Amino acid sequence: MKAKGKAWRFGDDVNTDEIIPARYLNTFDPDELARHCMEDADPDFMKKAKPGDIIVAGKNFGCGSSREHAPIAIKAARISCVIADSYARIFYRNSINIGLPIVESAEAARGISEGDEVEVDFDSGRIVNHTKNAEYAAKPFPPFMQDLIAKGGLMNKVKSELAGKDH
Amino acid sequence: MGMTITEKILAAHAGKDSVAPGELIEARVDLVLGNDITAPIAIKEFRELGIDAVFDREAVALIPDHFTPNKDIKSAEQVKILREFAREFGIVHFYDVGRVGVEHALLPELGLTRPGMLIIGADSHTCTYGAMGAFSTGVGSTDMAAAMATGKAWFKVPESIKFVYEGALNPYVNGKDLILHTIGDIGVDGALYKAMEFTGEAVAQLSLEGRLTMANMAIEAGGKNGIFAPDDKTVAYVKSRSSKPYTVYASDPDARYAELREYDVSRIEPLVAYPHLPENVRPARESGIVIDQVVIGSCTNGRIEDLREAAAILKNRKVNGNVRLIIIPATQEIYRRAMEEGLLDIFVAAEAAVSAPTCGPCLGGHMGILAEGERCLATTNRNFVGRMGHPKSEVYLAGPAVAAASAVLGRIAHPDELK
Repeated sequence: MKAKGKAWRFGDDVNTDEIIPARYLNTFDPDELARHCMEDADPDFMKKAKPGDIIVAGKNFGCGSSREHAPIAIKAARISCVIADSYARIFYRNSINIGLPIVESAEAARGISEGDEVEVDFDSGRIVNHTKNAEYAAKPFPPFMQDLIAKGGLMNKVKSELAGKDH
Repeated sequence: MGMTITEKILAAHAGKDSVAPGELIEARVDLVLGNDITAPIAIKEFRELGIDAVFDREAVALIPDHFTPNKDIKSAEQVKILREFAREFGIVHFYDVGRVGVEHALLPELGLTRPGMLIIGADSHTCTYGAMGAFSTGVGSTDMAAAMATGKAWFKVPESIKFVYEGALNPYVNGKDLILHTIGDIGVDGALYKAMEFTGEAVAQLSLEGRLTMANMAIEAGGKNGIFAPDDKTVAYVKSRSSKPYTVYASDPDARYAELREYDVSRIEPLVAYPHLPENVRPARESGIVIDQVVIGSCTNGRIEDLREAAAILKNRKVNGNVRLIIIPATQEIYRRAMEEGLLDIFVAAEAAVSAPTCGPCLGGHMGILAEGERCLATTNRNFVGRMGHPKSEVYLAGPAVAAASAVLGRIAHPDELK
């Protein structure tokens, strides 16, 4: 699986209130949440971003509230991948569980500028910056999480376990 | 090799003799909770499994506390999803308006969070129950749905950081100041993925309530859980609230820690965290920031002890003419006790508004939203951009004594100034 798009830069400690403000949490409709994706970090983000684009951020991305609405909003906004130096643990867990592609790479988070054309190869963990002609390595997922991703997220894994196919 | 209290609880729930940091385990959960924001997604996912029962209908808690009493039609629909699911699946611990309280204040009160339990909740402040000597951590809605079905969840065993608090507490300094000081020291990702183990003679002096406040904000340092080894106070509290069994764990003397931090609390003064991160901590005494609103409440500081602290300052005083003071007892029981003790009378006489239990303003839901440019001092846990309203409003965090004194003075101040 690959992702390719234009990079949008955000800083350190981007929290889930900025990704999807609580004033929109009276719904869990993905399309409605997507309309407000990243609104309090950049009010114009959804006017500028195109399907397939990539979010690039610093350390501790997705800190704060456990709201799964945050990765849901990013996924429904058709952002193809998030690249960050590090992730807050609940956001990380939620993204894996719902199948939002995220990668951890300190060098990519440092090296990519806003507007760069970036390509991520999830199988090899290679991140290519076509604008700067640079390449970065993503931190590989542990086997347990690779399995979860391959099964299509946590609920699909639970479904197959309940059906007795995966004991 | 010795184990920490966190490792022991995780090992026991994974059916293992021991676990080590970094290990991925599947563990049995004793309690799964969700609220009116997170549970609707979990319920939708659970229903898609097509199964006819939750793993244990006494071990699922559905607590509609965030936008209740329902703030609008959409919120009412979300609570309805919880209510109907609770009826259909016989969920024992569903609490509606009139019985509900802020989840992390309500569940300890109901005796549902006991030492040695493994608790997950689709709410980041689920780490609060570490104050009871439980392993307790926040997850998302999908994890909640999976756990409601299977009674299990996966975890990476965290490394632990040991925090040791020694010395005597200064006047007006409480759990909130200790945890703000700690977050100010290590930063909002200083404990990322790690267990925060709180120890030392100064925290032994804290009431259970002060410890709940500290464990509550472990997430604000990125922590997976915050935990206190149970002592006589914990056991007395649990016994007064539940007749169910519990297990007391403590860290071994040779347990391994990723880091050790020691604090002399006699050097800690009442603190305030400036926008827009809880790590931006400064002494309240040096602040002087002019404020428009003060909120006293939430899962962090909405308990009876917090209300008593605020009332001691507000008694025979009036809230500053330029300030709106909103006080929210976190549960119905706290509300009633505050009424019996005369605290509500003190608040109303001081010209504060007292609300029914709700998370409301803490997350910018309702009951005290900020306009552009407004500043609020709150006893809550987050001061992110737009957290309590307009993206250009500001939130400052402090304990109830500083909050009450600042409401009177109209600016953020040390309570000593009122003497």
